[in-house]
Amino acid sequence: MRTIFEQGPSGAAEGIFPACDVPAQGAAAWLGRDLARSEAPRIPNVSETTVARHYTRLSKLNYGVDDGIYPLGSCTMKYNPKLNEDVAALPGFADAHPGAEEVHVQGCLEFLYELTRLLEGIAGLPGVTLQPVAGAHGELTGMFLFRKHFELRGDTGRQRILLPDSAHGTNPASAAVAGFSVTQIPSNACGTVDLEALRAELDDTVAGIMLTVPNTLGIFETDILEITRAVHDAGGLCYFDGANLNSFLGRARPGDMGADAFHFNLHKTLSTPHGGGGPGAGAVAVSERLVDLLPVPRVVKRGDRYALDWDRPKSIGSVHSFYGNVLVALKAYAYILQLGDEGLRAVSDNAVLNANYLQERLKRTYALPYDRLCKHEFVLTSEGLADGVTTLDVAKRLIDYGVHPPTVYFPLIVHEALMIEPTETESKEELDRFAEILERIAAEAREHPDRLHEAPTRAPVRRLDQTAAARNPVFTFPFEENAASAP
Amino acid sequence: MRYIPNADADRQVMLREIGRRSIDALFADVPQAVIDAHRPLGLPAKSELEVLATLTRLAEVNTASRRIPLLGGGIYDHYVPRVVHHLASRSEFVTAYTPYQPEISQGTLTVMFEFQTMVCELLGMEIANASMYDGATALAEAALMAERIRKRGKVAVAANLFSHQRRVLQTYAWAAGIELVDVPFVPSGRSDLSRLPEGISALVLQSPNAFGVLEDLDGLKSRLGEALLIVSTYPLAMGALQPPGAFGADIVVGEGQCLGLAMGYGGPLLGLFATRKEHLRQLPGRVAGRTVDVDGRVGYTMTAQTREQHIRREKATSNICTNSAHCALTATVYLASLGAVGLRDVALLNLEKAHYLATRIAKLKGYSLVFDAPFFNEFVVRPSDGDADAMHQRLEAEGFLVESPGAMAELGVPNALRIAVTERRTREELDRIVKILGGKR
Amino acid sequence: MSYPTGYRYTKEHEWVKVEGSRARVGITDHAQAELGDVVFVELPTVGADVKQGGLLGTVESVKAVSDINAPVSGKVIEVNRELESSPETVNQAPHDAGWIAVIELANPSETASLLDAAAYEALLA
Repeated sequence: MRTIFEQGPSGAAEGIFPACDVPAQGAAAWLGRDLARSEAPRIPNVSETTVARHYTRLSKLNYGVDDGIYPLGSCTMKYNPKLNEDVAALPGFADAHPGAEEVHVQGCLEFLYELTRLLEGIAGLPGVTLQPVAGAHGELTGMFLFRKHFELRGDTGRQRILLPDSAHGTNPASAAVAGFSVTQIPSNACGTVDLEALRAELDDTVAGIMLTVPNTLGIFETDILEITRAVHDAGGLCYFDGANLNSFLGRARPGDMGADAFHFNLHKTLSTPHGGGGPGAGAVAVSERLVDLLPVPRVVKRGDRYALDWDRPKSIGSVHSFYGNVLVALKAYAYILQLGDEGLRAVSDNAVLNANYLQERLKRTYALPYDRLCKHEFVLTSEGLADGVTTLDVAKRLIDYGVHPPTVYFPLIVHEALMIEPTETESKEELDRFAEILERIAAEAREHPDRLHEAPTRAPVRRLDQTAAARNPVFTFPFEENAASAP
Repeated sequence: MRYIPNADADRQVMLREIGRRSIDALFADVPQAVIDAHRPLGLPAKSELEVLATLTRLAEVNTASRRIPLLGGGIYDHYVPRVVHHLASRSEFVTAYTPYQPEISQGTLTVMFEFQTMVCELLGMEIANASMYDGATALAEAALMAERIRKRGKVAVAANLFSHQRRVLQTYAWAAGIELVDVPFVPSGRSDLSRLPEGISALVLQSPNAFGVLEDLDGLKSRLGEALLIVSTYPLAMGALQPPGAFGADIVVGEGQCLGLAMGYGGPLLGLFATRKEHLRQLPGRVAGRTVDVDGRVGYTMTAQTREQHIRREKATSNICTNSAHCALTATVYLASLGAVGLRDVALLNLEKAHYLATRIAKLKGYSLVFDAPFFNEFVVRPSDGDADAMHQRLEAEGFLVESPGAMAELGVPNALRIAVTERRTREELDRIVKILGGKR
Repeated sequence: MSYPTGYRYTKEHEWVKVEGSRARVGITDHAQAELGDVVFVELPTVGADVKQGGLLGTVESVKAVSDINAPVSGKVIEVNRELESSPETVNQAPHDAGWIAVIELANPSETASLLDAAAYEALLA
């Protein structure tokens, strides 16, 4: 892969900006020599043609949802409606400065207010903040809220967060950043929380529990009401990781399951794109006892005007520069408006149907460690497929067939895991095609394992040397080396 | 539903295949009490045409975008070459996930590598991550990182930080049990660095600071002893300013909105985070590295992942997972479009135009600049009658978008207005401002 | 792989080789094989006091991190700086050139509580 730094100088940015129309004096004159830049950054000066071709070429080395099924478990890679992108580009929203006074941004405040109400309705909880900008950021906000809740009550001995061993890595990390210690709760034979093991941990050192519902195996916690009741009875709070909301959208609400805080991944469930890793949006919904603690400012309605309320003395403070990822929230708002109640429910109906259909078919070929009704995703294992064949081999072979692999090696409680989430935006035809490819790979694993070991052979690059990348980190372009090797 | 391709007939076949009678039966594992408690939103579905019309109307309610912004404070009205949006909007970039499978993510990964390189070049640093959420969380993470390295429980913070960045830093520091001690500013607008607090893990400065003023970083690092120097900066200004790395900063962060992103009412934004190689193991966030494939071809992959939450869980250097990848991509394409020359040009346009306006206003009877230290593209003005509200109203009445005097008052500078000037402001607009302010009241 | 008989071992897969009043410490062949290609070793600080079972350092592969626990108590008097540039030595020669640190024994009798080679091999079997 050639980088932009390896494109020969072919022009400069002349003509983007007008000539200076005020008397110019130069940086050194205004700032003095010490503050003016002495050495230019090594960013190449190339023509627009070069830039356009370089990034177009790079884009073609990527695989996106528009290319085909993207069954990454836990990631909800559904189709991203094009309308969303156009709505977020409307100048009235895109060109609004966050420091503008309320009177100039009533349109922004109105949709933020309305979206907040809709998310409260979806969560079945009385307060929502749109400030967190990612799932993990939502978790962290939730953990800040828990900390503040106990601090305000003077109950400062509660420094432990419980989580199941199937939890996303962000859960323990978020708890730790918020200053909590973490205790892991084992899963039972069904893959759900071991209620007895949980009860044994509950005491007055526990601030709360972090749960993913359904869990990362795609299994609904059938004991969810018992779990949240037990935690509440012990004085703790319940956090729900909303990564898997796609499985019960429009059918069930975290608030009715006992959640005190719940984050939405607008970039998963509500169709905003992932952009190669972000930006997302991680709105957090909370129960009554945490509403006053939500981040400032809050968007409120006073008469027929919308305003920002900073006067929230119990608030944890702010977790983002301004009001969260507003343009991402706008995309989610457009999506909810298009769907309505009926559409929201159709999302989970079809997401769960698609997952169960695939699970039923694929469990004939791949082992299914937890064989039960799944929700929007399920976890297979490559164990027992063929000697010497790993999940990594299966994943890389999928690339040769032009399909994005599922999430691999997660959750940690399943060896050689293949975590598959088809989403509702895939057709039966696409699911059948995907299943057929996985079946063909299973046969190859036995008959031609070398094809798996060598895969991918049809991608822009083959398997990369991860060990070398980690042992000798090269994180920036080696200009010196390049200059030395130039002819 | 147009985003759901299966027809009823498909669903019937699929249900038969899995041996369930109905879709409802697929939810048999959800407690009945939970199902019964569910209440719909009372929201009818709308067509695409209706949604677009509704939101277009709402967008037009925002008058901010039709005014001439003199607002800054971390988010700036910069011009973005058209090519940036066109390239960044390619669906292969927009609809891809985090590049967990490098073989089919070389587009995203190569751009991450280019971005890290450009960030280091801009800030004068050795390593950078692939982005944080925004400048504020980048700064908070920098303080947490410094505390992990030095473990003194205390961080000194300049009082002339942007208020929004300070608020986020305070939240993170409170939860982590880090004490923040204030570093006051002197009349020039710079931080008072004559007496540095003792026993700190780090000193946090912002340059240009919330008054637009450039801090004097020369020789500071050597006076800090073991404490790390964290500097929050304005990435676009690096086209004209000596970068914090040149003064020995240990961690440099910044808000990258100025590098080709929409203001978007404050999000999504782009947190820049750079440090020195020796601190690699403490770096938060993702990073792409260069390596080779089994055939010896150069390729890029996410690396040094043992720092991250999916491996190290509660011991990770941060909880961050999703970041601002697409914003970083946009910034990369923006910087590639400008090149070093274009970046210098745009930074100088900001500098010259801001100084043109500031100089003209300072010459007017009844106005003065509050601070006299060097600045980049924003400055603080005080009317001698102390009525900043009236000054604000006169500019607003003429179609400008101006910050409320409350913003400066919050920083302990009452009766004053902060004004930012970017390359988009024309001499005609600047002269008009002078005329409005110089006119009879 | 046969394990050196002169060494002592922990159940967490560290080894100890007593050299007079000192002990050389490393991770076992089994540990390095489980971990895969070692890409980084976080060495303890020379002069640090460590307790038996306490954290001595960490060893990282591409996708995993493993704590190295101190098999004995005492003061760290030497660390294997070679591993900073060549972490792969831990894979290539875990029981000799891939050693991690030398500890001045605070309590020489502690080694008695550790496994001998036969017991360790039995543990792995």
